[in-house]
Amino acid sequence: MSNPYAKLPAWAEYGLIPLVNLVVAFLVAGLVVLLVGENPLKAAYHMINGAFGRGEYIGFTLYYATTFIFTGLSVAVAFHAGLFNIGSEGQAYIGGIGVALACLWLDKTMPWFVVFPLAIVGSAAFGALWAFLPGWLQAKRGSHVVITTIMFNFIASSLMVYLLTRVLKPLGSMAPQTRTFEAGGQLPKLDWLLSVFGLDVGNAPFNVSFLLALLAAFGVWVLIWRTKLGYEMRTMGFSPSAARYAGMKEARITVIVMMISGGLAGLMALNPIMGEQFRMQLDFVQGAGFVGIAVALMGRSHPAGIIPAAILFGMLYQGGAEIAFEMPSISRDMIVIIQGLVILFAGALENMFRPAIGRGFATFGRRFPVAAQRGA
Amino acid sequence: MSDMAIELRGIDKSFGLVHANKNINLTVRKGTIHGIIGENGAGKSTLMSILYGFYQADSGDILVGGNKVTIKDPNAAILSGIGMVHQHFMLVENFTVLENVMLGAEDSQILNTSISKARVELKRLEKEYALEVNPDALIEELPVGLQQRVEILKALYRKADILILDEPTGVLTPPEADHLFRILGQLKDQGKTIIFITHKLREIMAITDEVSVMRRGEMVATRKTKDTSVEELAELMVGRRVLLRVDKGEANPGAVKLAVENLTVRDSRGVTMVDNVSFTLRAGEIVGIAGVAGNGQSELLEAISGIRKAVSGTVLLNGRPIDVTGHADPGDLRSRGLAHVPEDRHHVGLVLKFDEAENGILGYHNDKRYLNGVFLDTKAIQADAEEKIRKYDIRPPNPRLKTANFSGGNQQKIVLAREMERGPDVLIIGQPTRGVDVGAIEFIHKRIIEMRDQGKAVLLVSVELDEIRALSDRIIVMFAGRVVGEREPDATEGELGLLMAGVEGRKEAAE
Repeated sequence: MSNPYAKLPAWAEYGLIPLVNLVVAFLVAGLVVLLVGENPLKAAYHMINGAFGRGEYIGFTLYYATTFIFTGLSVAVAFHAGLFNIGSEGQAYIGGIGVALACLWLDKTMPWFVVFPLAIVGSAAFGALWAFLPGWLQAKRGSHVVITTIMFNFIASSLMVYLLTRVLKPLGSMAPQTRTFEAGGQLPKLDWLLSVFGLDVGNAPFNVSFLLALLAAFGVWVLIWRTKLGYEMRTMGFSPSAARYAGMKEARITVIVMMISGGLAGLMALNPIMGEQFRMQLDFVQGAGFVGIAVALMGRSHPAGIIPAAILFGMLYQGGAEIAFEMPSISRDMIVIIQGLVILFAGALENMFRPAIGRGFATFGRRFPVAAQRGA
Repeated sequence: MSDMAIELRGIDKSFGLVHANKNINLTVRKGTIHGIIGENGAGKSTLMSILYGFYQADSGDILVGGNKVTIKDPNAAILSGIGMVHQHFMLVENFTVLENVMLGAEDSQILNTSISKARVELKRLEKEYALEVNPDALIEELPVGLQQRVEILKALYRKADILILDEPTGVLTPPEADHLFRILGQLKDQGKTIIFITHKLREIMAITDEVSVMRRGEMVATRKTKDTSVEELAELMVGRRVLLRVDKGEANPGAVKLAVENLTVRDSRGVTMVDNVSFTLRAGEIVGIAGVAGNGQSELLEAISGIRKAVSGTVLLNGRPIDVTGHADPGDLRSRGLAHVPEDRHHVGLVLKFDEAENGILGYHNDKRYLNGVFLDTKAIQADAEEKIRKYDIRPPNPRLKTANFSGGNQQKIVLAREMERGPDVLIIGQPTRGVDVGAIEFIHKRIIEMRDQGKAVLLVSVELDEIRALSDRIIVMFAGRVVGEREPDATEGELGLLMAGVEGRKEAAE
C-alpha cells in the first residue's frame, strides 16, 4: 500500500504514459489555438511541416535539439544526485567565454579541428567553474543550490553584459558582441549527414556539435550507470541516509556533480557561438538552460529519453516559428504556451493518467492473468 | 437483532496488479474479541481500511449488526458504530485530552457548550470503562500508553460499539500491554466488540475469543482461540511448519571486540538521546539491548557505526579508537571489521529503487573486486549477487529485480547477506526481524547465532523482547538514553518489563 499506483510494464511506463501526456498537451494547446480563432489542424500542419517538411527545416530542428541535449543532460546529471540545478542557463552563458577565448585566440592561425577541442575544454571549464561555487556553498554551508544557482544566473547575466560591452567588444563597434571569427572559429555543417537521407541542409546551422551532443549523451549514460561515481550519485539521489550509511562523501560528490553538470551546460555554448553566429552575442543562451529542465523532466533524466525530448523541443521551436510566420494571429508566445503545457502534463501532472492506465491493466490482467504476470 | 457485529461477504480489493484481498469472508460475533493475524502484506490492514472506509472494496458486502451498509468514508464507519485505534496515533500533540476527544465531534461553532458537555460525557466514559486520564493534560505530556487510551476514548465518545485496534502493542512496554489487555477485557464485558490486529501470536492467545488467519490476501482459517495453538496459527500464517524456538548452545565469550565508554549522543534538536552509556562486547557473544522504541537505541547504533556524531565518549573497535565525536567514516569502519545492519532498511540499509545486485555492494562499493578502475565491474557484481542469493535463499532469485519488489523478509536477507558475508569481527544489528515474515525470522535468527558460534561479536537491538531473550547471551536494558540494568537471558519478562519502563532503573540508581 506504500505504492498506491500499480506497477506497469516498461513499455507502458516509458512509452505509453509519456505519449498520452504529450497527446493531451497538444489537444489542450489545440483548444487554445481554437480560442484564438484559428484552425488547430492547420496549426498542427504548419508545426510539423515547419519542423520536418524540408532538409533545411530538419536542420534547424536538430540545431535547436543539439542545444537542448546539452542543457537537458546538465540538469539530468545533477538530478540523479538529488540536486536541482536551475543554473544551466548561467553556466551555459559563462561557458561561452571559454569558446570565445579559444576562437579569438586561434581562429586566424589554426583550422577548426584544432580550435574545437580547445573550445570544448574551455566551455566545459568555464561552465564547471560557474557551478562549482553553488556546489561548494551547498556542500560546505548548506545554501540550497536551487537558490544559489538562480542567483548565479543573474550574476552571470550582469557579468556578460560587462564583458561584452567593455572587454570583448572590438573598438569602434556599437554592438555588444565579439568580433566575427575567421574560418578557424567556424564549425563545419553536417550537410553530409542529411544528404545521406537525400536532404539538403540549406541555410540551417546544423553543425558538428550535434555529434558532440550525442557523444556527451553516451558519456552521461556511462557515468551514471557504469562508474563508481555514478553509483554514489544515484545512491545520494535516491536516499541521502543510505549514502551516509554507506560512507559516501556527500560534500565531495555534491561539488563534483555540480561541476559536471555545469560543464555540460557550458558545452551548449559551442553550438550557437561556433556553429551559427561565429561570434559571442549578448544573451545567446536564450532560455535554453530552462528548456533543459523540461527536457530532463520529460526524458526521465535518461540520455535515451533526453535525446527524443530535445528533438521534440527543437521541433516546437522551429515549427513554432513557422506557425507564427504562416498564421499571423498566433504569436511566438503560443510556442511558450505549448511548451508550458508539455511541461505541465509530462512533468507536473505525470501521474494524472497513471491510475486510469493502471486500472486498465488490472482489468486486462485479471482477464489474462498469465500475460499480466509476465508483463509485470 | 443479529448476534453478528460484523459480517464481511466476498470482499475483494486490488491495487493495480496487486490483489490485496481475495474473496474475504469474516464473521465477528457481538461482544467478543476477534483477532486477525497474518504476516506483513497478508492484507490485514487493507481489509480493516475497507471496513473503516479508507478504501472501497471492488466487490463484496459489509453487514453491520445484520444490516447491509455502504461505508464510503470514515465518517460513515463512525455512524455505523465502528471506531478505529490506529497503529500511529491520530492525536493533536499540543491539544488537551478533552480537545482531542471532541475534535471533529463538536456540536456547534461555539466551543464552550461543547466543551462542558464533552467533559461530562468523558467523565461518564472514564467511570464506566475504568479509563482514567486527566482530561486537561496535554497529549505530548502523556506517556504512550495513556495516549492510546485517549484514542480508545475518542472512539467510545463517538459511540463506537465495534473497536478496531491495529497492532496496538507495538509501542507499548509489556506492563502497558497487559494494562491494555485488561481494558479490552472490560470493554468486552460491557458488550463492545473488538477486532484486534496483530502479528504477535502470544497476544492472540492471551486475549482473543476467536482468531482469523490471513495469508497472501486470503482468509485461510478461523478458529476458536481455546481450540488452537501457537504452533497451528504459525503454520497457518506461513503455510508450512515453523520452528518458533531458537536452538543455541552455550556462548563462548573471548576477547573484547567493542568497548563503549561514557558515550553521549544528542539528536538534531539537541536532546540527549544516549546518556553516558558504557558496555563491552566480546567475541563469540550476542549482547541484546532491550528497550521501548525511542529510548536511545537507534542513536547508539548510529554513533557506533559512524553515521551520527557523538557529543562525548570513546568507542574502541578491536582495541583501536573510533573517532565517534569527529570524523568517523562508515566506509573506513567497514574495512576495520565492523558491519552494520541498520534498523531502517527502507531508508538506510537499502536503496529501494536499486536492483538487488546494486544493493549488494552498498557501502562496499570501494572494494577493488567490484571495480575496474573508476568503472563498475558489472559482471563481478552480478556474480557476487547470484552467490548471495543462493546462500541466503533470497526470493525471487533475480539480481536484476528492483529491491522494492522483494518482500520485507527477502529485503532483510539482502542486507544480512551483504553485511555477514564479509566475516566482520563485530556485527551490529538493529531490529533484525521488523516487518519480516515468520518464515524468514527463523532463518535470520539461525544466521545470527551462526555468526556468534564463528566467534564474531554481535550487538543486537530489538524492540521485540521475545527476540532479545531468545538470542542474547547478555541483556542490557536502555531507558531514556541510559543503561538501567544488565541481566542474564533467563531474567523474567516481568523483570525486564519493569526495567524497560524505567521503574527498576530509578530504584537501582537511587541505591
